[in-house]
Amino acid sequence: MNNRWLYTIPLAIFCVLGIYLGIGLTLDPKQLPNMLDGQPVPAFDLPPIKDRGAKGFASTDLEGDVTLVNIFGSWCVACRTEHPYLMKLKEQGAVPIHGIDWREEDPDAGPRWLKRFGDPYTLVGDDPRSKAAIAFGVTGAPETFLVDQKGVIRYKHIGPVNDEVWKEVLQPLIQQLRRNGSQTGGQKGGS
Amino acid sequence: MTAELGHFTLILALCVALVQAVFPLVGAARDNEVWMGLARPTAMFQFLLVAISFGCLTHLYVTSDFSVLNVASNSNTAMPMLYKISGVWGNHEGSLLLWVLILAIFGAAVAAFGRNLPPALRARVLSVQSMIAVGFYLFMLFTSNPFERLFPAPINGRELNPLLQDPGLAFHPPMLYLGYVGFSMAFSFAIAALIEGRVDAAWARWVRPWTMAAWCFLTGGITLGSWWAYYELGWGGWWYWDPVENASFMPWLAGTALLHSATVVEKRDSLKGWTVLLAIITFSLSLLGTFLVRSGVLTSVHAFATDPTRGVFILMLLIVVIGGSLALYAFRAPKLVSSGLFQPISREGALLFNNLVMTTAAAAVLLGTLYPLFLDAIGGGKVSVGPPFFNAVFIPIMIPMIAAMAFGPLLNWKRGDLVAAFGQLKLAAILGLVALAATYMWQTDGPIFATLGMGLAVWLAVGTLTELAGRARLFSAPAGAWGRFRRMPRASWGMVLGHFGLALAIAGMAGAGGWTKESIQTMHPGEKVELAGYEFTFDGASEGQGPNYTAIVGKFTVRKGGDEIAKLVAEKRNYPIGGMPTTEAGIETRLAGDLYAVIGDPEGEDGAYVTRLYFNPLVVWMWIGAMVMVFGGVLSLTDRRYRVGAPKRSRAGAAVAAGA
Repeated sequence: MNNRWLYTIPLAIFCVLGIYLGIGLTLDPKQLPNMLDGQPVPAFDLPPIKDRGAKGFASTDLEGDVTLVNIFGSWCVACRTEHPYLMKLKEQGAVPIHGIDWREEDPDAGPRWLKRFGDPYTLVGDDPRSKAAIAFGVTGAPETFLVDQKGVIRYKHIGPVNDEVWKEVLQPLIQQLRRNGSQTGGQKGGS
Repeated sequence: MTAELGHFTLILALCVALVQAVFPLVGAARDNEVWMGLARPTAMFQFLLVAISFGCLTHLYVTSDFSVLNVASNSNTAMPMLYKISGVWGNHEGSLLLWVLILAIFGAAVAAFGRNLPPALRARVLSVQSMIAVGFYLFMLFTSNPFERLFPAPINGRELNPLLQDPGLAFHPPMLYLGYVGFSMAFSFAIAALIEGRVDAAWARWVRPWTMAAWCFLTGGITLGSWWAYYELGWGGWWYWDPVENASFMPWLAGTALLHSATVVEKRDSLKGWTVLLAIITFSLSLLGTFLVRSGVLTSVHAFATDPTRGVFILMLLIVVIGGSLALYAFRAPKLVSSGLFQPISREGALLFNNLVMTTAAAAVLLGTLYPLFLDAIGGGKVSVGPPFFNAVFIPIMIPMIAAMAFGPLLNWKRGDLVAAFGQLKLAAILGLVALAATYMWQTDGPIFATLGMGLAVWLAVGTLTELAGRARLFSAPAGAWGRFRRMPRASWGMVLGHFGLALAIAGMAGAGGWTKESIQTMHPGEKVELAGYEFTFDGASEGQGPNYTAIVGKFTVRKGGDEIAKLVAEKRNYPIGGMPTTEAGIETRLAGDLYAVIGDPEGEDGAYVTRLYFNPLVVWMWIGAMVMVFGGVLSLTDRRYRVGAPKRSRAGAAVAAGA
């Protein structure tokens, strides 16, 4: 090879690669964009789980106030880690939390889990066949959706809800939605 | 105590590695024999220390010492002993310890058996090898210490991921690491040569055995992983173009090119720049692979638990090693003067073509693997790149190469006669076309690539045999042919087996990739399903148990033409500690194809189950072909002409991997 500069090509290619790899470290490939952001909650109507009365959980229940919809299951280890925090939020009365008990093979498992660890939910729906979960685009548990007063999904959090998530993301958003909601006087319509 | 000993020896190994990295290199530059002489003892000592450290970690696993965080996270008293041992390397920290162990093994091997290497070259090689080790020791000691304690110690640990509790997969990492970490030796030789400013036939003769040994292990390791995916994941697939699979495949492509290119350096004093570059690229791809699976940059089913600080560290390591070596290459490679001239149509020309195609293929795979990252980095959104891209790009690149593989050995060095070569290959061409036509007529459905693959496989197989027969003058002078076969050097047999093995593997891939038949349904006991001319009867399911799992065991009987030919046992296991189900497919392997049955969840209450039945044609030819390739490589290694004081690498490596 006579041209000396040709020998620098591999190095140049690697430099470009290195830059992208560096940028890549700041990104999270698991953060998938929420396709439902700004969309109304998908329609669902779930039966109740055992020992919780006759009322289940349906999409029509999600209007009137800002709510959190939490996907959980007795089999889900990470849900156990977030659970004490949800109990704390319930005690504070910060926001109504509804639960979707997802993929329980044993109908007693969910109620047993809630009895053992506490029940932070206002309404709970039983979703053993993932009907609602698929409609929500759930990729794993726990996931928590923030739904506004008009039943529109505003935010999706993948993973356990903890103090950081609450203080930095959910609480400000809830307060903002409540302020806007009271200003427009609860008008229905597109957002 | 054992954990502290393991930790301490690791720190000591770092110190020794620092000495080994600095003094011999400086000594070689200053012609200081004492400093150069430090290379061999430090390499041996470093190996001893790392081996002790690895032994300590193994001991902790074998005795289930849950006061060590790593053991508690990956082991459990209910696991069989084999998986307690393989748990040592079934996690991020432990596998890094295996990495440095193999790095040290290769260093010690060169120190022990590289006696005919000139002292300056040996000193430089061992120094460079040690520099890599230093990087990894620092990485481990600062971010990924396998000996960290856990207080209070739990009664029992979590367990090894149930998917990894499998004999095939227990040995997959050591073999794979012996492969792509083994290429570090070729890398060290290349850097040493660039520093010296000289690449000659002797250098190539020293590099080739190490490269060949690493290549054999890498081929074996990849095949083992692929075979495992086939029988364990329950879909009959064997290659998913997953980022981690690609991370092992790219070094394989570059390493194969390196093997061939080094031949040209040794025999014809040419393609020096290419060979050195390939040695750097092969190991760089290995390092890049290590980065990709441990940094969280790509999603993959294989990825270890990720942590951004680790990612930053490895990226720094990559920049120093790869950036540094490529910069050195840019500076010093122009000084490597090649004396051998050759015509484009010649064996050298064919091998240069081989270099180009393999490098292009590796680049294509790299592009596909990193494309999601590139797009996300420039804000183009999230995409995933999968088999459609890779198949569409990789296979067309390989086709001209396989066609050329039959020609290459028939061309002379320096100036080859293409027409004469083609004349010799007439039979191969005819049989290849016959195979193509026959496949097309027999199985009119199926992708075009699969049909083409069968034709190419026959072309390559017959072409390779033609060259062998020609060399022994089997048909022109049959009388002395047997004697000529016996006298042929083992390295030539190695080449024949390597190429022939690939032909078998391609036939297997074409069959399995093109004409798999699948049937998914719910079956009641006694029900029959007809698939690909075979009749599968579901004989019902029962409950089973293992040391750390419960299982649904499904039984199937397969009949053809009324005669029973196989009984298949399929399991769906549940590991309560790991919390994961695994499928164990029931497989009957036959030369024409595999009968494959999977049992799923129960459906309803009357003993019905979801079942998946497959007929996978020609799958076993992939494994056979790969084994033939590896055998060819090992055969070459045993050829005296191939080695210059190289050790029996495979024995030493296997002994440590099994006994550690």
